[in-house]
Amino acid sequence: MARLEVDARPGWLTALGRLGGAVAGLLGSEVVRRLRRNPSAVAGFVILLVLVLSAILAPLLTPYDPTQQQLAQVLQHPSLKHPLGTDQLGRDLLARILYGGRLTLFIGAIAVAVGVALGVPLGIVSGFYRGSVDMVIQRVMDLMLAFTSFLLALTLVSLLGVGLTNVIVAVGIATIPRFARLVRASVLTIREISYVEASRALGAADRRVLWRHVLPNAVAPVIVQATLSMGATILTAAGLGFLGLGVQPPTPEWGAMLGQGRNYIFSNPSVTTFPGLAIFLAVMGFNLLGDGLRDALDPQLRGTR
Amino acid sequence: MSGFFGYLVQRLVGVVVTILFVAITIFLMVRILPGDPARVIAGVLATDQEVAQIRSQLGLDKPLWTQAGIFLDDLAHGNLGISARTSSPVTSEIMARLPYTAVLAVVSLVLAVIVGLPLGALAASRAGSLADLAVSALVLFGISMPVYWLGLMLIILFSIKLRWLPAAGAAGPLAIVLPAFTLAAFSVAFIARITRSSMLEVLRQDYVRTARAKGTRARTVLWRHALRNALPPIVTVIGLQFGDLLGGAILTETVFGWPGMGRLLVNSIFSRDYPTVQGLVIVFALMYALVNLIVDLLYERIDPRVRYG
Repeated sequence: MARLEVDARPGWLTALGRLGGAVAGLLGSEVVRRLRRNPSAVAGFVILLVLVLSAILAPLLTPYDPTQQQLAQVLQHPSLKHPLGTDQLGRDLLARILYGGRLTLFIGAIAVAVGVALGVPLGIVSGFYRGSVDMVIQRVMDLMLAFTSFLLALTLVSLLGVGLTNVIVAVGIATIPRFARLVRASVLTIREISYVEASRALGAADRRVLWRHVLPNAVAPVIVQATLSMGATILTAAGLGFLGLGVQPPTPEWGAMLGQGRNYIFSNPSVTTFPGLAIFLAVMGFNLLGDGLRDALDPQLRGTR
Repeated sequence: MSGFFGYLVQRLVGVVVTILFVAITIFLMVRILPGDPARVIAGVLATDQEVAQIRSQLGLDKPLWTQAGIFLDDLAHGNLGISARTSSPVTSEIMARLPYTAVLAVVSLVLAVIVGLPLGALAASRAGSLADLAVSALVLFGISMPVYWLGLMLIILFSIKLRWLPAAGAAGPLAIVLPAFTLAAFSVAFIARITRSSMLEVLRQDYVRTARAKGTRARTVLWRHALRNALPPIVTVIGLQFGDLLGGAILTETVFGWPGMGRLLVNSIFSRDYPTVQGLVIVFALMYALVNLIVDLLYERIDPRVRYG
C-alpha cells in the first residue's frame, strides 16, 4: 500500500520552491524550443538584445560624454565624427541615444515591476476571496481605468512633480489595473479546477492552496502581459518626457530628447528622427517578444490575436 | 421601449457615479499629495503672507470637508472653479477647447474604423497569405509607433519637404489632416488586429461553412455573414481603446499646436493651474464614459441576441 507522503516543509518554502520550479519549467526546453521556432519571438529577442547590449556597452561604443556640450558644433548633420550628428547644444546624438537606452529600459522595467508587485496580489485576493473584497478592489480598478492610463500617469506626475522616481511611480501605478484584472480572471478559472478543489477537500489552508496551486498556474499570462506592458510603459514614459514632464535635462532620455529636438525640426531633422526611432525599436521589440511568448506559452491561442 | 429606457437610465446613473468618483479622487489627489498648490502658484519668492492670501483665494484654507462640499456643489451646477492662470471660469476655458478635441478624436476614430476594419477582415479571410503578413506588419508598426514621433515625421515629410500640408494650428480644413492621421495610426492597428482575430473565430463557425456550402458568394459570406457576427467584440474594443485615443490626443495636440483640451491640460500643468487640471481630468473621463455608453447602446443594433430590459 502506498504511503501518503506528508509534506512537512513550511508553506513559504514550498511556495518559493514551487514558484522557482514554475519559472524554471516555463523557461524549460519545451517553451524555449517553441520560442526559437517563433519568428516574432526571435526578432523581438534580437532587437532587445542589441538595445540592451548597446546601452550597457555605451562607453565602449562612443568616445563622447552624453552631457558634454560643444556649443561650436550645434545641430550638425551626421558625419564620420558624429555618426548621428549633434543636438541643439552640440552633444553627440549617438552617445545620448546609447546612454538614454539605459534610462528607458530601467524606467520600463521598474515601472512594470511596480505594476506586477501591486497588481498581481490585488488580482489574487480579488479572485480567490471574491465577495466584498473583490467588489471593492474591482471598483477601485474601474476607477483607475476611468481615468485612462496615459491621463492617470500624466495627472500623477503633474501632482507628484517631475523626475525619474515620480515618472516610474506614476507610470507603474497606471499599469496596476491591467495586472489585477488579468490575474483575477486566471485565479477565478484556476480555483474551479478539480485538483485545487481536491486540495481544499483535503483540508489545505487558503494560503497553501494559493501558493502551491493558484499562483504557479497564473504565472504564464503575467509574463506575457509584463512583456507587452514594457512596450506600453516605455511609450507612456517617453510621452511624459516628450511633454517635458519626465526625466529632466541634461539627463539623456529618448522622449525628452524628442521633445526638445522638435524645435529644431526645420534645421536638423536628425535630432527628432533618431531618438524616436530608438523608442519605436524598443517598443516593437517588446511587442514582438510578447506576442511570441503568448504563442509559445499557450499554443491554443496561436494566431488568434 | 420601456426596457430600453430603463437600461439607458441605469447606464446614465452609472456614468454619473463614475464621474463623481473620478471628481472626488482628483479633488483628493490635488489636496493630499505632497506639494502646496498655493505656494507653487505664488512662486518661490512669495512671502508667507502672499501665500496665505492665495490660499484663501483658492479656498484652500477651509477644512477639507467644507472644500469638498463646495467643490461637489459647484460641480453639480457645471461650475469647475476659477482658473488660477487666467482668472476666468474653468468651464468656459474648457468649452472653448472641447470642440477641437472632439472633432480631432471623432475624425480619427472614424478614420481608424474605416481603415482598420476592412484591413483586419481582409487579413482574416486570407490568413497566412502575403496580404495577411502585410497587415500584421502594419499592425506591429502602428502599435509600436510613438504617436508624437509619427506626428513629427509626417510634419518633416508633408510640411517641410513636400509643403503640401500645414504643420501646425487649426486654420482651414487641411489643418486636421496630419493630426487626424497621426492620432488614428494606433487605433487603425488596434482595430485591424482585433477584427482579424474576431473574424478568424467566426470564419470557423458552422453557419459560415453552411453559407459557403449553399454556394453563397465568398464576398457575401465575408462581409455579410462573418463580419456582422464578428462585430460585437470589435465594437467593445473600439470603445475601450478610445481611452488610449484620448491620451494620444494630448500628445498629438502638443505636436501640432492643435488648440484642444490636451494642449490646455499640458499648459495648465506647467503653470500649476490646478483648478483647470482638475476640471480637464473630469471632462476627459466624462468623454470616455459617454463614448463607452454609446458603444454599449450600439450593441443592440449590432448583436440581435442582446436585448435590453
